[in-house]
Amino acid sequence: MWGILRQRAVVDGGLSLRRTRSALVSARSYAAGSKEMTVRDALNSAIDEEMSADPKVFVMGEEVGQYQGAYKITKGLLEKYGPERVYDTPITEAGFTGIGVGAAYAGLKPVVEFMTFNFSMQAIDHIINSAAKSNYMSAGQINVPIVFRGPNGAAAGVGAQHSQCYAAWYASVPGLKVLAPYSAEDARGLLKAAIRDPDPVVFLENELLYGESFPISEEALDSSFCLPIGKAKIEREGKDVTIVTFSKMVGFALKAAEKLAEEGISAEVINLRSIRPLDRATINASVRKTSRLVTVEEGFPQHGVCAEICASVVEESFSYLDAPVERIAGADVPMPYAANLERLALPQVEDIVRAAKRACYRSK
Amino acid sequence: MAIWFARSRNLVSSLRQNLGLSAILIKRNYTSPRPVFTNYQLSSRVFLNPFTSFRHESTAVETQPDLVQQSDHEDDAQELDFPGGKVGYTSEMKFIPESSSRRIPCYRVLNEHGSIIPNSDHVPVSEKLAVRMYEQMATLQVMDHIFYEAQRQGRISFYLTSVGEEAINIASAAALSPEDVVLPQYREPGVLLWRGFTLEEFANQCFGNKADYGKGRQMPIHYGSNQHNYFTVSSPIATQLPQAAGVGYALKMEKKNACAVTFIGDGGTSEGDFHAGLNFAAVMEAPVVFICRNNGWAISTHISEQFRSDGIVVKGQAYGIRSIRVDGNDALAVYSAVRSAREMAVTEQRPVLIEMMTYRVGHHSTSDDSTKYREADEIQYWKMSRNPVNRFKKWVEDNGWWSEEDESKLRSSTRKQLLQAIQAAEKWEKQPLTELFNDVYDVKTKNLEEQEHGLKELVEKQPQDYPPGFHI
Repeated sequence: MWGILRQRAVVDGGLSLRRTRSALVSARSYAAGSKEMTVRDALNSAIDEEMSADPKVFVMGEEVGQYQGAYKITKGLLEKYGPERVYDTPITEAGFTGIGVGAAYAGLKPVVEFMTFNFSMQAIDHIINSAAKSNYMSAGQINVPIVFRGPNGAAAGVGAQHSQCYAAWYASVPGLKVLAPYSAEDARGLLKAAIRDPDPVVFLENELLYGESFPISEEALDSSFCLPIGKAKIEREGKDVTIVTFSKMVGFALKAAEKLAEEGISAEVINLRSIRPLDRATINASVRKTSRLVTVEEGFPQHGVCAEICASVVEESFSYLDAPVERIAGADVPMPYAANLERLALPQVEDIVRAAKRACYRSK
Repeated sequence: MAIWFARSRNLVSSLRQNLGLSAILIKRNYTSPRPVFTNYQLSSRVFLNPFTSFRHESTAVETQPDLVQQSDHEDDAQELDFPGGKVGYTSEMKFIPESSSRRIPCYRVLNEHGSIIPNSDHVPVSEKLAVRMYEQMATLQVMDHIFYEAQRQGRISFYLTSVGEEAINIASAAALSPEDVVLPQYREPGVLLWRGFTLEEFANQCFGNKADYGKGRQMPIHYGSNQHNYFTVSSPIATQLPQAAGVGYALKMEKKNACAVTFIGDGGTSEGDFHAGLNFAAVMEAPVVFICRNNGWAISTHISEQFRSDGIVVKGQAYGIRSIRVDGNDALAVYSAVRSAREMAVTEQRPVLIEMMTYRVGHHSTSDDSTKYREADEIQYWKMSRNPVNRFKKWVEDNGWWSEEDESKLRSSTRKQLLQAIQAAEKWEKQPLTELFNDVYDVKTKNLEEQEHGLKELVEKQPQDYPPGFHI
């Protein structure tokens, strides 16, 4: 079965194959279990198990049913649960988001898929003014157990209107919880937690990670598996510099950590997993250990997630810092299409390595 | 091109010869005729349905004229298969006119003098129900008046009246069952009043005090009560429409004997959510009753600047939704229409659209002075001569069910109760500081706990910076 998955990765294009191979390389360094799973299958199995456990959970979005999902995340669910629980919507993000919110008001648990979070802009009023604020405005009378999920951030060669990262936008709103998985285990555990959570959750996936395989433990494969919301994971321990990031950039940070290790710098890589609530305790504890901070994100620099992390560290751990905080983000331009320009607009492993070295006074 | 036109001219003349139609008929296909209001019974029937000699079906049952005039040309016997089903074709190039020759008529039961129009379709209303409806309409009037004055005196920050729309508020609520879930816009407190929300509870919400079910989180008139199946009023316009479709879908999935009922104004139908909500409800076959209060004004925007269609009722068919236009100032018509619509929605599992024609007598809200954009005479006319409360009162009185003595007793006792409620609500203490951080999430997150702790410490350390009696 895993052989077939790997083959599918090859068919998707050379790019995916490279990524699968590199994932295996990093997996080898700390793989505990012998099983592997792609992020796509992790998400699919999480939704499947939660739908099976709770009849109130249902999936809604464009192409989620008969087409098996625009990115095949909802594959097989229509056959298993029927059209009432896997609902193909007309093309109206505002419409189906509003409907999802209404259904949640009435006690169901919708999992609303946006084909990409860029299209959630057409529905953002329902997400912010209705879903996020209702529990507070109604003094607890109306809770909204809804999950908004879909690919977020840059893909490959899809241009400005398909590449923006919305983590900072949604994470600034009280009332929402915002999650960003990296590995298959993250995907399973966090999506299950999101579906079970009584609050509205924005679940930011990454299209390029869907096909990537990760090792997965027996515990994570269990249907009751769940990760806590609001807790970051230390992916790699280190003592010289703390690298904090989320989603796809975690993979880049791990590669950067390998490169830094060759030069004698021991980097600690933190996978945020949860953007809101932000695990400031873990971040600050790490910085107090290493005295240096590098934060990385794909999104636009101004008012980004990294800005918040830097502010938190400067406010709470200022006297522990031995170097200025380093922030790496995407270029302050709408994402260009041409491959060379796109590469320049996104953080690369070399950028992270250079920033870590700067923080360690090893380069200008 | 010239040849084509010549051909069509021949077609037209051959049509004329074959079918013996008058020139006026052909013209009618291309121009929008002016609505004819006099002698319309006779003349419009001819204009509307020029093929009466060819159509052998009864038109007596029709409540609205077909939007597309059919041709009995031979070609129609053949049909084309397209996605969406078979459709007949015609060689006659005919644009559907932008409006019908006659506006959709308004369903009405009580005339302006408060008498039931003979042979009108309506659901009978018992004395008990009628008296309760009238009492609640009068109570709503008194409540609106007193809260409005309280805002003017600076005791509450904001208020919105429903003056002129009492029949819509109360009669529609009376026609629903308590399990039907209501998603209001903001001019429907009467629905909540009918369902049992007390004057004290209204006052508490407006003052945002400790007894407010909303815990002081929302501005006045944003009432909500799970107990009464009335979802908290939300300010962005029309968001409740697709949400109502979602609630209807939930009720359908759980096979409940209930429907979702949602209200919107004429202005709100311009929002994208109106299209999405109605379209979706039809596709999902959700049990939703959409009630549009067409009161002529969206703050200062008159309906002539809001849409160019014949109001909202004609939009129903565009979505595949059954619709009706009702005289919103006629309590009995509103009651019958909502009652029937509700039954249809629940038993047939389909959405229904009701357009209620009325007039917004009051200003949009306490932040508005409508005399700036409309004539004071116009407001007076609707307030005095077209008053829904007086109209219904006349009918109830004529039946011997209500007297002047009952009237003065009700008005004075309601007024007294309201004044007392306001005085009590004003004095009641406000929410404690802990309520600032509750309900953001189901369970308070760590950062909120830290912030609450920090704020409490600060208030204790620097009491001089906070008002006296500030509750922690």
